[in-house]
Amino acid sequence: MDKFHSLKGIAAPLPIVNIDTDMIIPKQFLKTIKRTGLGVSLFYEMRYDNDGNLIKDFVLNTSPFDQSKILVAGDNFGCGSSREHAPWSLKDFGIRSVISTSFADIFYNNCFQNGILPIVVSPENLDQLMTAAKNQIEFTIDLPEQIIKAGNHSINFEIEEFRKERLLQGLDDIGITLGYQDKINAYEEDKKNKKPWLFKKN
Amino acid sequence: MSNQGPKTLFDKIWSEHLVGQREDGTNLLYIDRHLVHEVTSPQAFEGLKLSNRPVHRPEATIAVADHNVPTINRQNIEDPQSKIQVETLAKNTKEHGIQYFDLMDQRQGIVHIIGPEQGITQPGMTIVCGDSHTSTHGAFGALAFGIGTSEVEHVLATQTIVQNPAKNMRISVNGELPFGVNSKDLILYIIGKIGTAGGTGHVIEYAGSSIMGLSMEGRMTICNMSIEAGARAGLISPDQTTFNYIKGRPYAPGTEHWDQAVEYWSSLPSDNDANYDHEIVIDSSEIDPMVTWGTSPEDVVSVKGTVPNPSSAKTENKKKSIERSLEYMGLKPGTKITDIKLDKIFIGSCTNGRIEDLRKVASIVKDKKIASHVQAMIVPGSGLVKKQAEEEGIDIILKDAGFEWREAGCSMCLGMNPDQLKPGERCASTSNRNFEGRQGRGGRTHLMSPELAAASAITGNISDIRDFT
Repeated sequence: MDKFHSLKGIAAPLPIVNIDTDMIIPKQFLKTIKRTGLGVSLFYEMRYDNDGNLIKDFVLNTSPFDQSKILVAGDNFGCGSSREHAPWSLKDFGIRSVISTSFADIFYNNCFQNGILPIVVSPENLDQLMTAAKNQIEFTIDLPEQIIKAGNHSINFEIEEFRKERLLQGLDDIGITLGYQDKINAYEEDKKNKKPWLFKKN
Repeated sequence: MSNQGPKTLFDKIWSEHLVGQREDGTNLLYIDRHLVHEVTSPQAFEGLKLSNRPVHRPEATIAVADHNVPTINRQNIEDPQSKIQVETLAKNTKEHGIQYFDLMDQRQGIVHIIGPEQGITQPGMTIVCGDSHTSTHGAFGALAFGIGTSEVEHVLATQTIVQNPAKNMRISVNGELPFGVNSKDLILYIIGKIGTAGGTGHVIEYAGSSIMGLSMEGRMTICNMSIEAGARAGLISPDQTTFNYIKGRPYAPGTEHWDQAVEYWSSLPSDNDANYDHEIVIDSSEIDPMVTWGTSPEDVVSVKGTVPNPSSAKTENKKKSIERSLEYMGLKPGTKITDIKLDKIFIGSCTNGRIEDLRKVASIVKDKKIASHVQAMIVPGSGLVKKQAEEEGIDIILKDAGFEWREAGCSMCLGMNPDQLKPGERCASTSNRNFEGRQGRGGRTHLMSPELAAASAITGNISDIRDFT
């Protein structure tokens, strides 16, 4: 997995609440069997008209936001479908961090699997960052220090230690768990005796 | 969460499945059953291949294609990409020795319909699937939740998942459900009350006499939409209704283990004095048949109500959000819900595509005709639901009324297959999401119960089942 250490760049403001994963990447793009190539379809229905032409005033279609690495969005970002295509498309577009007041659980998990840092801030801080983003002020996100800097704002954020470590080191989660293979096997042996119906072969 | 003291249903399942703690402090939770479908699994299988890892326990995994599949002309998937995805699932499951119900198998259907139908879903289990509506299986007292594709790969490789415990929320609904009010109205009402982020970080346990009085089908509808309230999972205590439903199904415990299983299942309900982080109590007499007016499942209103006015919103954000929804939905504030004219009716999905739902619809539309300006389709949740309905003559009643009778699949709940709304089309739908573009670009979705959707098909407007004779 890609590492995440720190990030510098301008942030795209998207002041909409409850942005769901259908909005982030609509269904027609879920037919792929690859993880890559989805960036061009990110926020498809907001970015393109019925004929497939760019909608010029949508934030990610305007310069300099079309080069954004950071997204500042309204409450409850990433709700709805579990599709990991949502973080895949964000990443493929170039977005490596999303800032909001809250994230839906599955989307939040999915981000960390893909080297994307979702950051939860207070509503007051979100307002400040949204304004800074609109004013094209450069953001700096420092993961080791857990701090966002934008203009004269300096905002600390929380992140669970294991998630932070995984991002910093770009660890392979499956590889780590496979280190506990013996424990998994022992668990299964125990349950085969205690709950045999769960191991019945059909 | 301590091992001592009273426990909730969630606490019990959690501690029973803890394999251990990793050095990074995270918990490894054992997964009893893994359900797999064609859309969220190809990249996971590819990941296994690239790292040369086998599937840890193929017999604990069951696969089916449901999202992409056509509901007419099954033999021929016209969309080449959909076809590749379905073929890829067939190939991957064959390669790893995983049970796969193919399109010609009568057991094929929506993954969350067939799990319970086959008896795969059982109390006390942990069940995951790369699909947010995995919460459906919580109706059996199983801890069931949706995961992303990377986690699908993790479960395939290790039969575990890295998780931290959720918080406990209990929503109790008490009293006899008023006439015309059913499980769909109940869950829409709950989502309206707590909001789409109301359950974030929590597992919601539904309790109370109104919930425990529901059939398994009704309980599944409730748990199915837990994700629409932001919850990780929904749970309902297993009881005799649950055991009766499971008994004799193909994957259910056989006679040799039945009593032992029931004894264990009976120990699962939350202890009387268990603690919840949040408690909500609802009197069922306050609930009407519910309909969504906007583009989030929390945008609900009584069918007797009106489209809200943005100026009544408490915050600026909420006002903007209502304005955006109304513009998308093409609705004016103050419009009576029953004055909203429909173009399409969709009955089906993992929320309401079970035999009980089809029976209700048939009883309402029997000897009637759908309005001339609407197109109505009914998509059974599985091949076996379809077969059962045909044996009961339900298909004839529905076809006589003007409904299209389709093959099983997710269909227009998400419109990955050819069943989609056109821009501006307005649909009464028994599915679970009314997001912008969900059922087709520019399509307008009103979520409601099968009863309301059936009545609405006949009148051509959103209709109150209580006015409908």
